Amino acid sequence: MNRVIPILTILLAIFVFWYAAAIWMNAPWQSILNGRANLTNVPFLEFAQQTWAQDKPILPAPHQVFSEIWNATMGLEFTSRRSLALHAWITLSATLLGFVLGTGLGVILAVAIIHNDAADRSLMPWIIASQTIPILAIAPMVVVGLGAIGLTGLVPKSLISMYLSFFPVVVGMVKGLRSPEAIQLDLMRTYDANPWQVFWKLRWPAALPMLFASMKVGIAISLIGAVVAELSNAAGGGLGVRLLTGSYNGQTIQIWAALFIAAGLAAVLVAIVGAAEKFVNARNGVRA
Amino acid sequence: MTPVVQAQNLGLTFPAGDGDIVALSDVNLTIEKGDFVSFIGPSGCGKTTFLRTIADLEQPTSGTLRINGQTPENARKDRAYGYVFQAPALYPWRTIEKNIALPLEIMGHSQAQQAERIKRTMDLVNLSGFEKKYPWQLSGGMQQRASIARALAFDADLLLMDEPFGALDEIVRDHLNSELLKLWDRTKKTICFVTHSIPEAVYLSTKIVVMSPRPGRVTDVIESNLPRERPLDIRETPEFLAIAARVRDGLRAGHSYEEVV
Repeated sequence: MNRVIPILTILLAIFVFWYAAAIWMNAPWQSILNGRANLTNVPFLEFAQQTWAQDKPILPAPHQVFSEIWNATMGLEFTSRRSLALHAWITLSATLLGFVLGTGLGVILAVAIIHNDAADRSLMPWIIASQTIPILAIAPMVVVGLGAIGLTGLVPKSLISMYLSFFPVVVGMVKGLRSPEAIQLDLMRTYDANPWQVFWKLRWPAALPMLFASMKVGIAISLIGAVVAELSNAAGGGLGVRLLTGSYNGQTIQIWAALFIAAGLAAVLVAIVGAAEKFVNARNGVRA
Repeated sequence: MTPVVQAQNLGLTFPAGDGDIVALSDVNLTIEKGDFVSFIGPSGCGKTTFLRTIADLEQPTSGTLRINGQTPENARKDRAYGYVFQAPALYPWRTIEKNIALPLEIMGHSQAQQAERIKRTMDLVNLSGFEKKYPWQLSGGMQQRASIARALAFDADLLLMDEPFGALDEIVRDHLNSELLKLWDRTKKTICFVTHSIPEAVYLSTKIVVMSPRPGRVTDVIESNLPRERPLDIRETPEFLAIAARVRDGLRAGHSYEEVV
């Protein structure tokens, strides 16, 4: 109970602020509408309700967003082009594929970097440089470029997700694989352990906590990568496309609904990685 | 019979920016099978470096060193020794029995052999019943005993111990010292033991190597005439105190008590 009350308090404060902001931001347009309809001296309470019920409000009220989410998921067939559930699935599949590829690439690069001095010095600058390029600039080139050679749909989007998500994994795993202390490595040397054994029995288990920490960052930005890639290919569908068409048509409610679905997906994905981390930790005897 | 360790004019210099550091200079020493040899001296006298050189963790820059008649590298590849570090260095993600299994896994022992050796060495260090515990669930003394069990598990005849009880309080230390003597007596191993405690060195050893710093060198080698059977109160006997006094003299002769200016 002591934990629930603060959470509910914050939630309540957000809703109060949100409804108030909706009145304030939608008021000018509502005044114009009321002027056209020759409505004068509208009582405040009624005026507030009007600002919360516009078709294309500047800031939709929470209940408008949630009813849109409900109608666009539960209220529609999954196969409908307007189903948010379908678009969420399109984005999710690209996110997951990109995340798996990115994590794999990140681990492979980290292994190369810690075992090879030349790789350390030659790869790391490129890896860091890759992340300084705005993803918004690169995503359309990749999507359009791959489209020109006939590669469309899932793969180009996953590649953008991979491009973003490999980075935290490389950085985290290099640190994690280098985390064993000198005496732990000396111990392996006294056993005349081969490099393979040093890796699997020492470096890899020592790096696991860092792997999970980086995977939590990686999966969240994987989702961002997929959404950004979708902006470049409106025909492919996905939450990014819903954001794009929503903004073309001034459908703010649709935009907010897509944003909420994206945020919810990210939260669930991070929670799944967290659960996997707990499971592995328990098996490795980490102090609870 | 071939000595277990034989060092002749052994020297080791670490290159450093502002003048080289002479960690070992002209060390001559022979350790026979079954000896319990303590290396004592202040920090910087090269006692740990000498132990690490025996273990092929450091490379000598001059002189010769033979372990069982072989080069240190070949001896290491033969798994000729078990090494106990200052810290237990247990892997936190492994249970105690899995930590002891680590060298056995690496050396390719079968599951059955592993189980048998884990049981035997855990009995030897009095840790039976703690097989499934993780290192953080054990006290410091128990962790160090587990690391000794790990070094014993693959039956090397030589045990190299680098201040294994240095981080423990005196009560636990006394207890582990007497256990270590019993273990040495039962297993007939050769033990090289680094310490900076005079009573510990005299209590444990058949041979005490007194070392002194700048450059690291051997100043005295004292053969102990104490009986193999040593109750803890042997430390109050005149024989014990006489050896301790000689160790102290050796340290003083090596200017070990002088302050570095």
